[in-house]
Amino acid sequence: MKNNESKQNLIASLLAILIGLLIGFIVILIANPSQAFRAMGIMLSGGFYKGLRSTGQVLYSAIPIMMTGLSVAFAFKCGNFNIGTTGQYTVGGFVALFLANTLYQTVPDSLLWIICLIAAGLAGAIWALIPGVLKAYRNVNIVISGIMFNYIGMYLVIEGVKAFIYDSAGARSQTSKIAVPKMGLNHIFPGSDINGGIIIAIALCVIAYIILNKTTFGYELKACGYNPEASRYAGMSEKKIVILSMVISGFFSGIGGGLVYIGGTGRAFTTAEVTLPEGFNGIPVALLGMNSPLGCILAALFVSYINVGGNYMQACNIPVEIIDVISAVIIYFSSFALMIRLYLQNREKKKHRKEVAVEGGQE
Amino acid sequence: MDIILNVLNQTLVFTIPLLVVALGGMFSERSGVVNIALEGIMIGGAFVGVYFIYLMQSANTSLNPQLLLILALIVAGVFGALLSLLHAFAAINLKADQTISGTAINMLAPGLGLFLAKLIFNGNSSVPFSNTFRIHEIPVLSQIPILGPILFKGAYITTYLGIIILILSVIFLNKTKAGLRLRACGENPQAADAAGVSVYKYRYIGVLLSGFLGGMGGLIYIIPISTVFNSDVGGYGFLALAILIFGNWQPYRIAAASLFFGIMKTLAYTYTAIPFLSALGFPSVVYKLIPYVATLILLAFTSKNSAAPKASGIPYDKSKR
Repeated sequence: MKNNESKQNLIASLLAILIGLLIGFIVILIANPSQAFRAMGIMLSGGFYKGLRSTGQVLYSAIPIMMTGLSVAFAFKCGNFNIGTTGQYTVGGFVALFLANTLYQTVPDSLLWIICLIAAGLAGAIWALIPGVLKAYRNVNIVISGIMFNYIGMYLVIEGVKAFIYDSAGARSQTSKIAVPKMGLNHIFPGSDINGGIIIAIALCVIAYIILNKTTFGYELKACGYNPEASRYAGMSEKKIVILSMVISGFFSGIGGGLVYIGGTGRAFTTAEVTLPEGFNGIPVALLGMNSPLGCILAALFVSYINVGGNYMQACNIPVEIIDVISAVIIYFSSFALMIRLYLQNREKKKHRKEVAVEGGQE
Repeated sequence: MDIILNVLNQTLVFTIPLLVVALGGMFSERSGVVNIALEGIMIGGAFVGVYFIYLMQSANTSLNPQLLLILALIVAGVFGALLSLLHAFAAINLKADQTISGTAINMLAPGLGLFLAKLIFNGNSSVPFSNTFRIHEIPVLSQIPILGPILFKGAYITTYLGIIILILSVIFLNKTKAGLRLRACGENPQAADAAGVSVYKYRYIGVLLSGFLGGMGGLIYIIPISTVFNSDVGGYGFLALAILIFGNWQPYRIAAASLFFGIMKTLAYTYTAIPFLSALGFPSVVYKLIPYVATLILLAFTSKNSAAPKASGIPYDKSKR
């Protein structure tokens, strides 16, 4: 039964992707008919368009959305829609960057990046802890508190940047003085921005998978997501589970921010009052990945792949925002998953009934 | 005194779009559908409305600016309603997770807006328009003490429109048959259905109203503060959601909450000009944070017994009646 369900989930996801690409193609066709086929070809071959360099780029830009996607998926398993990933990601990135530049040359580099990442994770965890506590003890809607914390995080980080790590020449934050080690990946994918962050991100996805599927806590967390009343009746502490699942979820987003801002590619915070898109972009990753940590790895690579392709596609005069449109269509149709699954189940039941009827006839 | 009146006048620029969009969200939620797509709907409505204004202005029609604005508001509202139709279909007919289809629209609208703008304006992502809509002063009315300088000097017709929408909302929700039925669908759809009310129909009405007001709200937001539209409404759609909850799903309280948020937003930019506040010496970030923190605190104390529609966010399944 379980196998069947994940098979149906997979079919629903693939269908959503197909529809998304199709609608994207139609939009491109209307926008620029003469170049449409070439543009679509470039997008679909994006990850290999310039050989291993492009592949490295796909892996590199998959890092943040893999982490925020994992974050959304993990909280979803407990029935919570963590839309606050943006805030968690932002404070995580800020804390990592702040520590990296403050402790530079007082702590050896080989240790400092690890400290920065852990601190980033903890900052993200704290940013998710408060909505979790408010949900558990005061029944505050986690979507609203998440949105509020996105803005609170954004404003505080802007102030923090201005106060501690401001680069007045560029009118933005300083860039990191240290970097996550490349772990040899730069030799495999020469010329790309790739670093060891992708290995850490994949490892964290695997750890999340183990927590969810091989531990008692993971079992309780999922039980709580399916039916909070029943799990309370079974003696599980619902409050504890809600809070912990949010904390772990925030930890992942925070690390995502850390990996990007000390990734060695010169990323900096601006002082513009806009929330960072990487957090929201985790939502499609989680949905496409069917809220499974391992699914998030594949989904993040896919989304990153078409994004890299979309960037190359601009050569055909197709604005890169088409990728957002395609992603949106994919999310929209993945919300139909329930209906597609019901349809598939009905068909299977009918088939099954027929088989039973035939067997009965033979007897 | 003049400063205070000036601040209140400025406040309307922030308050009215929040009010209109939050009232829209109220109709949707009270019919039983959570509409997290308000941000995207605002962006979609504003984009189409601004583009409409751009086309009319570059065609050099001798249209009265106020009439042009009203037409553009209708265009924006209709497009917002069309966008919300996507959400309604997924949430009502397909019983999909309402946060997911809402998120999809929030992603679609800015993506499509920037995409189209770049195509139309040759790589430039913003749609320009000129603001000819500001009413310098309304004769007679502007002479009324206190109210005159706040409401009738340097005003936009959208202010009066917002107030009219507020009054109409109150009447619709409390005094009309349709309004009462819509509320019933959000509180107890099973009972409403048993009494012969079409739950699907009223939920569609609720979501479409939210789309119309959301789209209009997007245009109301951008007109007084800019002369270009960049497919961004600065998180106002999300803020409107918070106001909806802050206002406990009731029109007058929503209006009060919008006013509070509007005042705080204005103070964040003007507090240095107010002697009493600048003497306090808080940095501007404090004023910027107050609306969000206040919402959280209020929610923490009221969520246990909030007046949220009971069936809000739950798809209606006839077979479970």
